[in-house]
Amino acid sequence: MALLDIKNLHANVAGNKILKGINLTINPGEVHAIMGPNGSGKSTLANVLAGNEIYEKTQGKIQFDGADLDDLAAHERARAGLFLAFQYPVEIAGISNMYFLKAAVNAVREHRGEEQLDAMDFLDLIEDKKQVVKIRDDLLGRAVNSGFSGGEKKRNEIFQMAMLEPKLGILDETDSGLDIDALRIVSDGVNALRTPDRSFLVITHYQRLLDYIVPDFVHVMVSGEIVKSGGKELALELENDGYASWAGEEGV
Amino acid sequence: MKIKDEKSFDELTDKEYKYGFVTDIETDTLPPGLNEGIVREISRRKEEPEWLTEWRVKAYHHWTTLTPPEWAKVEFPPIDYQALSYYSAPKQKIDAPQSLDDIDPELLETYKKLGIPLGEQEVLAGVATVAVDAVFDSVSVATTFKNNLEDVGIIFGSFSDAVKEHPELVKKYLGTVVPYKDNYYATLNSAVFSDGSFCYIPKGVRCPMELSTYFRINAANTGQFERTLLIADEGAYVSYLEGCTAPQRDENQLHAAVVELIAHKDAQIKYSTVQNWYPGNKEGKGGIYNFVTKRGHCRGDNSKISWTQVETGSAITWKYPSCILKGDNSVGEFYSVAVTNNMQQADTGTKMVHVGKNTRSTIISKGISAGKAQNTYRGMVKVVETAENARNYSQCDSMLIGDRCGAHTFPYIDINNPTAQVEHEATTTKIGEDQIFYCNQRGLDTEEAISLIVNGFCKEVFKELPMEFAVEAQKLLGISLEGSVG
Ligand SMILES: Nc1ncnc2c1ncn2[C@@H]1O[C@H](COP(=O)(O)OP(=O)(O)OP(=O)(O)O)[C@@H](O)[C@H]1O
Ligand SMILES: [Mg+2]
Repeated sequence: MALLDIKNLHANVAGNKILKGINLTINPGEVHAIMGPNGSGKSTLANVLAGNEIYEKTQGKIQFDGADLDDLAAHERARAGLFLAFQYPVEIAGISNMYFLKAAVNAVREHRGEEQLDAMDFLDLIEDKKQVVKIRDDLLGRAVNSGFSGGEKKRNEIFQMAMLEPKLGILDETDSGLDIDALRIVSDGVNALRTPDRSFLVITHYQRLLDYIVPDFVHVMVSGEIVKSGGKELALELENDGYASWAGEEGV
Repeated sequence: MKIKDEKSFDELTDKEYKYGFVTDIETDTLPPGLNEGIVREISRRKEEPEWLTEWRVKAYHHWTTLTPPEWAKVEFPPIDYQALSYYSAPKQKIDAPQSLDDIDPELLETYKKLGIPLGEQEVLAGVATVAVDAVFDSVSVATTFKNNLEDVGIIFGSFSDAVKEHPELVKKYLGTVVPYKDNYYATLNSAVFSDGSFCYIPKGVRCPMELSTYFRINAANTGQFERTLLIADEGAYVSYLEGCTAPQRDENQLHAAVVELIAHKDAQIKYSTVQNWYPGNKEGKGGIYNFVTKRGHCRGDNSKISWTQVETGSAITWKYPSCILKGDNSVGEFYSVAVTNNMQQADTGTKMVHVGKNTRSTIISKGISAGKAQNTYRGMVKVVETAENARNYSQCDSMLIGDRCGAHTFPYIDINNPTAQVEHEATTTKIGEDQIFYCNQRGLDTEEAISLIVNGFCKEVFKELPMEFAVEAQKLLGISLEGSVG
């Protein structure tokens, strides 16, 4: 059974039609990449999947791990294993990253019928997972994303993903803002999280990321539609030719 | 797309004030109106000595020359002081209750509903760490553990009893921190106060349990004017808690209390308040006007007074618990969380007056504003000529939840000694739908998210509260802010 199955998805933002009939199926263990010009609707898709209420789903059906996403509020989707690494992670003052993560991990564990982690177990988990993306200790003690550099925020997103162990990780331009070394470290981290069951949807503008996180499928999104799908070689084609061949439609 | 959320925002905001019930009880109430005769009548009913009657009358005459203060950032229609009743006492079978059996069962039931145990068996069955003086409308109705405290020489009970049993102490200290001429509301209180709590901790005694006053306004169209007087003699220590609730009524009710604290040499007073008066409904109808004067006097060297307040209730809060640091090396602290939601207004803060040498003060203020509420921090740090090496650290943080509310900070500094060191920090944080969605995406529902963020924001203040109170305060904050995003 597919992990994620999107059928004819239409969505509006602020009254504008942004997604216009998306179809996409992701099986367990697969890595899919979505590329496409600015404003084509990639983040919109990610937000609709995550249940952000600013984005209004107007048509279509989304199945996630056997459930209809319409039935789940944002926090329930997260607990069910859908994780979004944000393109622009927000800052939350006053609450430390660690404390925040402990609440999040325990919320997810409760949903899975697992026991709550006490402070000691939680620290062990942190020690274990912080290797994944080599996150600095001081970032864990600071308020969530507060005053983090652009790259530190992105790394923190992947660290959170490692802690929460989702079924599907949606990475919205995680590579933008990362320096060359950080890009490699974070990509290695994502690869380390790949399992036969865990799937990824990687949104990016750059083929370079896909050299590190090698996708099984690449999709091109233009003006709210997937206009072409293929294997990893499609990303290389785009790198050379750009989106010019689809430019006719809306003057991209 | 309509996402099935646990509870709609509106549903949450409409959540009822939990303590809004009215107790049906026979009362002895003076007719509305205020004049010298009423003031004398209050004093007569309370069988007060003449000096106190005259003190009240002086206060009353002074009050008639005053006009209400207008400098605070709060708005409300003028109060008709002649329409209020200044005395309401529950009628009891026997004049002064000798034991709990003499107290009207309706009253006991009320306190039970409020979670305040007045039956000593109940207290003893649990963890008996708090002695309670319960003030119902204007009158103190019960004090628990009085005897245990007397064993170590502590006097704790209603103000009226203290006037009868320890008039010399009351006379010596009353009005020495907040004089009857102090300000409009304090002056009014001096004229008409009906009861409150009195506490004296003798030399060298460390009070073995938390002392607590629990205030409850029940009657309609009455003002509540209690007075608390707390004295810690040389080397004494006391931790004092104050809680308050009121029924849900459409009219605004006035609460103008005065609290005076005196710390002698080497004494320490920790005074904590969790204020949860009825805040009015979502449209701003009803609610308590909480206009309170609280001041502590660090009279002796090395004395210390800490104010901790969690203010979640009241339609309007106007209060500035302050410290006068007269003794050398004395310390004043103010830790505050003030939450305003819907149409609530709060103008609160502190005044630290450094007089003695090497005096230190700390101010930590956390203002949280949601809905259409307005939250103001107003603070003054004053260092007089004599205060060599005074130190102050102030930190004022504001949090805005949603984008229709306001936060304002007015820190005044008045330094008259060049050796003073005064530091002030301020921040403003916004919590919007983006932050909430981010939390949702990590598996936290909206209530958990707000409570996590807000409790994180307030933790420096909560850690100053006694344990049981801290838990209560966290819950209260959650309730006060439910439905504040969206
Ligand atoms: N909250 C919003 N309010 C108004 N318009 C929005 C909002 N969010 C997205 N849009 C609009 O929807 C369209 C799609 O935006 P989206 O963020 O999905 O693009 P994207 O493909 O992720 O672009 P990029 O590559 O630049 O990240 C854009 O035209 C954008 O301006
Ligand atoms: Mg985007």
